[in-house]
Amino acid sequence: MSDESNDATQEIGLEAAGARPLFQLSLMGKVGAAIVLFWIVVALIGPFLAPYDPADFVSDDSFAPISASHWLGTDYIGRDILSRLLHGARLTMALSFTATVLAFLVGISMGFTAALAGSKTDMVISRIYDAFLSMPTIMLGLVVIAALGSSIPVLVVTAGLIYSCGLYRIARALAIEIKVMDFVEAARARGERLPWIIRSEILPNAVIPLVSEFGLRLVFSILFISGLSFLGLGVQPPTADWGVMVRENLAGLAYGSAAAFVPAAAIASLTIGINLIVDDFSAQRGQEIAEEMI
Amino acid sequence: MWLVVLRRLGLGVITLWVVSILVFAGTEILPGDVAEAILGQSATPEAVAAIRAQLNLDRPAPVRYFEWLSNLLRGDLGMSLSANMEISTMVSERLQNTLMLAALTAAFSIPLALGMGLAAAMFPGGRVDRLVTISTLFLLSVPEFFIAATLVLIFAVHLKWLPAITYVTDYESIWQLVKSLALPILTLTTSVVAHMARMTRAAIINVMTSPYIEMAILKGVPRGRIVLRHALFNAVGPVVNVVALNLAYLVSGVVIVETVFAYPGLAKLMVDAVSRRDMPLVQACAMIFCTAYILFILIADVLAILANPRLRQPK
Repeated sequence: MSDESNDATQEIGLEAAGARPLFQLSLMGKVGAAIVLFWIVVALIGPFLAPYDPADFVSDDSFAPISASHWLGTDYIGRDILSRLLHGARLTMALSFTATVLAFLVGISMGFTAALAGSKTDMVISRIYDAFLSMPTIMLGLVVIAALGSSIPVLVVTAGLIYSCGLYRIARALAIEIKVMDFVEAARARGERLPWIIRSEILPNAVIPLVSEFGLRLVFSILFISGLSFLGLGVQPPTADWGVMVRENLAGLAYGSAAAFVPAAAIASLTIGINLIVDDFSAQRGQEIAEEMI
Repeated sequence: MWLVVLRRLGLGVITLWVVSILVFAGTEILPGDVAEAILGQSATPEAVAAIRAQLNLDRPAPVRYFEWLSNLLRGDLGMSLSANMEISTMVSERLQNTLMLAALTAAFSIPLALGMGLAAAMFPGGRVDRLVTISTLFLLSVPEFFIAATLVLIFAVHLKWLPAITYVTDYESIWQLVKSLALPILTLTTSVVAHMARMTRAAIINVMTSPYIEMAILKGVPRGRIVLRHALFNAVGPVVNVVALNLAYLVSGVVIVETVFAYPGLAKLMVDAVSRRDMPLVQACAMIFCTAYILFILIADVLAILANPRLRQPK
């Protein structure tokens, strides 16, 4: 194990020094990257491209079919679906991105603290995380929302804390593995302080595994937040959010309206895109994609 | 060996206990008062007092927790706030519906997933393997409501084979019941199969790297025979483990699927309870789901211990 990680560390060191590109995308990975890039651009400029106001009732027909004036038709109360989709992209992606960043900050700082601060702290933090992991994430989310009610901060913080569990384990394992390596011991012996060791010696070596982890957690957050919005327990209507759009147009599905399908497909394409990149990334890192969607 | 199994069972009971604390604490993290939160805008002082008395909020939280727990252990789930009914009566029929959905999904998904996993593991990196890995990656990535919406558009709207909404209680014939259950089962199966097939593939490929398999390859045993006669038996342990773990995944799957198809199951009841903030009902449903979840993971672990002699020694 230690031999392998030594090799890996050297490799990472080379890559960081610019000896060769960070990683090369395969064809599937490029497709994924293109999809993700597309949605990022939409999230940034989409609201300016939207032909109508997302809250305006622009048509007298509910579930109007696709037409020249409404490229994706209208929803259950005659709002333009394309406009709502373009506006929703920003919210849906911003919420899950914020949650993932939060999960990273909490998980990594907790993991490094547990690994470096001594066995007692380690045990307390690990047991707390074990307790959280013993519940399915959706159940945890439902109980929290039942208690606190649904609001955007509650949603983001809940998702962030839930998905910090996985990050915590990874960060802790990495830090434990790396902290016994010679260069860290050397820094300790030089009398460097703990925060300096973390920032300058441990973090750079943990970057690559954490990047593919970021993609996975982002997918989980998107599925979690849009899932709750779909259940009516996340983002609240009339806000344009992809999960909300699926929920409010669900009834039209039986009549053949694509109003619920379009935002669902948007979420699906985004998560598939991210997973294609992650899969490519982990395949090259020799890791199996994490199977912990529960 | 039995010592290890017993220890694992003990750990399961402790986990369940910790979950009960978490679920109960859910009501305590509320800033202010549960009673006011439940009533919201209509919180007159009398109404608040009535709910406080009903929930015994005037007593300290640990006392209430142990009372709730001991009632739970005796099968008394308490009263629902919104429906003003015994929770156990509300839950029992819903639970049957959900169990029926889960059992039928398991019956379809287990053989399908094992077949896909086996076919993929037969020639790792081959055409079948790539097809299975990519298609399961797609299915893993997408939300359940996307799968549901796609299936409804195909089977209910375009082909008109199946109804888009489930009627479990009033159906005219068994055939009609089967038809109305088909879409929820298909949706759940699709999402469970993706996990299960990937993990089955990984478990078998793991066995395929052992030296005795290499020996079989070298002496020229056909590939199919190696997988079915040599590898499969040693992969039974991990594969059974995979199956039990994935059935635990059904717990989160049913929440979305029951909502999409308006299926009268326990998960739909819980989602409704959450939006009405009926805390006793939410707690009861959460405990039932978490118990099922922990039970499946426990079964998975015990089966793994029984199947792998190396795990049997107490550490």
